[in-house]
Amino acid sequence: MGTETEYGISVKNAREQDSVAASTLVVNAYKSSRDNTPSTSTAVTWDYDQESPLMDARGFLAEAETPISETDTSSAVNDILINGGRYYVDHAHPEYCTPECANARDLLLYEKAGELILEVSRGAAERLLLDNQEIIIYKNNTDYKGHSYGAHENFLMSRKVPFDAIVDGLMPFLVTRIIITGSGKVGTENGSQEADYQISQRADFFEKEVGLSTMVNRPLINTRDEPHADDKLYRRLHVIVGDSNMSELSIYLKIGITSIALQLIEKGVVGKQFNLKDPVAAIKSISRDLSCKEPLELADGKQSSPIEVQRAYLKLAQQHLTPDERTPIVEDVLGKWKYVLDNLEIDPRRLSRHLDWIIKKKLLDAYRQRHGYQWDDAHLQMIDLQYHDIRPDKGLYIRLLKNGHVKRLLSHEEIVHAMHYPPVDTRAYFRGTCLRRFRKHIYSASWNSMIFTNESGGFDKIMMDRPHFGTQKIVGDLLNNCTAAELVKKIRGDASK
Amino acid sequence: MSTEKQQEHLKRHVDETEDMQPDVGNGEMDEAFVEDLDSLLDEIDEILEEDSQEFVENYIQRGGQ
Repeated sequence: MGTETEYGISVKNAREQDSVAASTLVVNAYKSSRDNTPSTSTAVTWDYDQESPLMDARGFLAEAETPISETDTSSAVNDILINGGRYYVDHAHPEYCTPECANARDLLLYEKAGELILEVSRGAAERLLLDNQEIIIYKNNTDYKGHSYGAHENFLMSRKVPFDAIVDGLMPFLVTRIIITGSGKVGTENGSQEADYQISQRADFFEKEVGLSTMVNRPLINTRDEPHADDKLYRRLHVIVGDSNMSELSIYLKIGITSIALQLIEKGVVGKQFNLKDPVAAIKSISRDLSCKEPLELADGKQSSPIEVQRAYLKLAQQHLTPDERTPIVEDVLGKWKYVLDNLEIDPRRLSRHLDWIIKKKLLDAYRQRHGYQWDDAHLQMIDLQYHDIRPDKGLYIRLLKNGHVKRLLSHEEIVHAMHYPPVDTRAYFRGTCLRRFRKHIYSASWNSMIFTNESGGFDKIMMDRPHFGTQKIVGDLLNNCTAAELVKKIRGDASK
Repeated sequence: MSTEKQQEHLKRHVDETEDMQPDVGNGEMDEAFVEDLDSLLDEIDEILEEDSQEFVENYIQRGGQ
């Protein structure tokens, strides 16, 4: 599994705002700061042959929605990272994709490493600008004026599960999980019902239940069917409804509980009992219910609160996960899932050091009281925005973390390490280690391919269609004891046997 | 059990069994906590972007995914 985060970007004191140029500057600054050489000399390009974003999970190839990212000129700005991730300009935003991770804790770690990568590149890019100009980057999802940018999650699933079963089993889960995963937002947009403060940044932007688009008329469940792996065995479930989180616990639980829910769906134990009467309306009403307890209409005429729906999934997990599946991390996720649901039920304010939407709400409430501001005062939207600022001296979340006001799950040292080293137990290990050792010999790469240049001027392509292969255990010795040419020869030789 | 009693039972159970200390959520804030919050608000006053109104108005993004 992995996440993709689009960041908001702005240049203070710029004559005009050009977010494509600013994003390009930032991504290229990271390449240059790393290589210490002109960025073109060691550029590894992205292998677009492996992409098919218009393949629909329901089994057909779709008409293009406009605009398409891959026709964007900015697609030329691309960096494949030694931690196995990808860093590029998508539309008008810098985007960081984590490497493939095997568990929720690693994914949290690599998402946080991405925030540091953005901050390093932001600083390097800012040094190229005029003295009075600042580059500001927000890990959030909206400009409050109806323009949203996403935080997507990707989960590898067995191709055997029918897509309809995923829709039935996942919809009520995704819609109600915002009480845990919401980042909080001052005000409303996109023509939705007004509120002073709501739980989710993204809820206002979802307009239909299922579909392929990600930029307009967004669906709660996205059908993009592009596994970046053997498509006979796998699908990649592309979850686009989540918020960008700052809180480590919010990220950890978002990934942890969603992968557990998907495991339950794969086992076929979820069924249709939680189907909501109107999921699109429900996500908006849940986002406005700060008690998390208002009953939702289910399709069968019954009613359930968001907390109750989440508890039902938790109970299924406790009943159906086998001892093998209950790894220490899964066990920890189950415990923390129960903990936040229990506390939400007693009083959400108990979690004001834990979950983004509640941490932010506490700040806003206290600040309102001190200055007597009404909810529509611009200072409150400023606090909301600046909560997501990635600069250590300006970002409100980061200041809270440093001062011990929010729950911490990771150490700074391990996050820094994750900027430079891939996870060891997925194919990201192969990708990241090859880039570290053989960058000069690599022409291009993608999630499931690497193209090496060979001595005769030709290309050797290595496919990585099994995400669980390419791990340290399998290729560690080989990778660290051979040249690029020997590596290609060895892999080719093994493949032809 | 009545709902109120259930709630009380749940609260005791959660407070006793978890390592993650919940915040004081029922409005009874202790003094240390209030001081904490005060210094936090001072800090926000210091680092919040100047001229919030203009800043927020000018923050416009192109839509993404």
